[in-house]
Amino acid sequence: MAQRIDVKDLNIYYGDFMAVQGVSMTIDPKSVTAFIGPSGCGKSTFLRTLNRMHEVIPGAHVEGKVEMEGVDLYGPDVDPVAVRRSIGMVFQRPNPFPTMSIRDNVLAGVKLNNKRISRSDADDLVESSLRGANLWNEVKDRLDKPGSGLSGGQQQRLCIARAIAVKPQVLLMDEPCSALDPISTLAIEDLIQELKQDYTIVIVTHNMQQAARVSDRTAFFNIAGTGKPGRLIEMDETATIFSTPKEKATEDYVSGRFG
Amino acid sequence: MSATTSTPVGDTERVRAMLGSADAGRKRTDRMMTGLIYAAFVVAMIPLVSLLWTVVIRGIERFSPYFLSVSMRGVFGGMDAGGIYHAIVGTLVITLVAAAISVPIGLLTAVYLVEYGRGPLARVTTFFVDVMTGIPSIVAGLFAFALFAIFFGPGVRLGVAASVALSVLMIPVVVRSSEEMLRLVPNELREASYALGVPKWLTIIKVVLRTSVAGLTTGVLLSIARVIGETAPILITAGYADSINFNPFEGRMATLPVYIFTQYRQGTVPCAPGALDCVEDINLMRAWAAALTLILIVMLLNLVGRLVTRFFAPKLR
Repeated sequence: MAQRIDVKDLNIYYGDFMAVQGVSMTIDPKSVTAFIGPSGCGKSTFLRTLNRMHEVIPGAHVEGKVEMEGVDLYGPDVDPVAVRRSIGMVFQRPNPFPTMSIRDNVLAGVKLNNKRISRSDADDLVESSLRGANLWNEVKDRLDKPGSGLSGGQQQRLCIARAIAVKPQVLLMDEPCSALDPISTLAIEDLIQELKQDYTIVIVTHNMQQAARVSDRTAFFNIAGTGKPGRLIEMDETATIFSTPKEKATEDYVSGRFG
Repeated sequence: MSATTSTPVGDTERVRAMLGSADAGRKRTDRMMTGLIYAAFVVAMIPLVSLLWTVVIRGIERFSPYFLSVSMRGVFGGMDAGGIYHAIVGTLVITLVAAAISVPIGLLTAVYLVEYGRGPLARVTTFFVDVMTGIPSIVAGLFAFALFAIFFGPGVRLGVAASVALSVLMIPVVVRSSEEMLRLVPNELREASYALGVPKWLTIIKVVLRTSVAGLTTGVLLSIARVIGETAPILITAGYADSINFNPFEGRMATLPVYIFTQYRQGTVPCAPGALDCVEDINLMRAWAAALTLILIVMLLNLVGRLVTRFFAPKLR
């Protein structure tokens, strides 16, 4: 059910300020695509435009096309809410809902939308989502406890469970491990490998080893200077990017000589 | 480790001496400031404790189940009778109606300002809410009186008119406090909800309002505490009554502050020598007992608020 995303000549603005310029890329279904690049180069901004989370910020807008299976996500008759239902997102800092239990956090996508769900269906959904996020064994005895009582790594996996419970086609991850310790990071990376069987995954990371470990394809973003828009420099197979990139800037960045 | 071994002995001793010596001047300042702050706290507590003490001591004399359960109907002179049941009813009804008017308006305004408000309309709204905060209560009373006089003719006295006057005072307080509380809800939670494909209005109701419900309750209770003691606007709009009236849409109504005011104004009663059923300072005693009741009602409200807060607050374990 995973699907392909085509981005064509995308310019992203915050008000009058152009944050990202002229990005065109193809994101393959059932694969992991990593975005790397220095801070402020627009990776996260670009990621947020893929499920129209970008426009939550006042004044933010885009030019160009983001197509999923040929449908322009920014077309006039496309509902951003529907886009976000099929393209889920995991954030940098774990953000479970503090007023909800672990179980309710997983069911948040259903419950917040006022959808009715039978008790047994809900139980199944909670179990399958938590199993999908490799968290089931750790929390199965305390599903009614608040989600904010978990450790940071568990909270992040809870957020992943919450995201996959709405059964999206694509999962966007905005530096999902940057607030986690190495062991939790490893757990999430293993999880990404498993999720790839069913979902298209796009991950932003500052950790180049992580990009090299988890992704199939890597996109390198860079910025010419402060106040200038970020650009996509190069996108290729991860192995190519980290061994024989075409661009000098990419090579400098991945070899640590810059940024 | 190599740094320690290479440091000359003199340096080590100097560091030890420095760590061991205390800055006498700084310690003195610290003690002085601590003392000042404690003194300020005590000074602030003196009027509060003294006030509570006076009200309790004077109010308890007349305070009894009888006093709470009868009205002032047919009570005159220095009669050893009469109570505040009608005023309690009036206070609760008028304040409740005022809250029913102001809480929805105030809360929706706050939601607009925090979640939707951009540009001139939001700025104008904020400005007028600030202006409303400064309206003297007597002016709010005159406004409500004039408003109801248009529809019901001059000289109208209604409980609901008092509620309207109180809500003029309450709305800005509710807006301000709710706005603060809604702004405290982390943006991450809103984004988490949007990312799950939840529309904005449901996000506001089920995430933003739900997360801040404890703070919102506190704000509403503070605003109620702010208006429950108002006297002047109620005297103008609802007047005063001796008997029980449950209906805010018909007839005069008494409230506790107005009751206290009228009792105190009547002052002492001249008693005929040898009169058995006559207490000289009965009116003053009633006023103090009513004051005690008012304080107890506000305390009870705060207690309920605390319980609500505890029940709805995000739990950690």
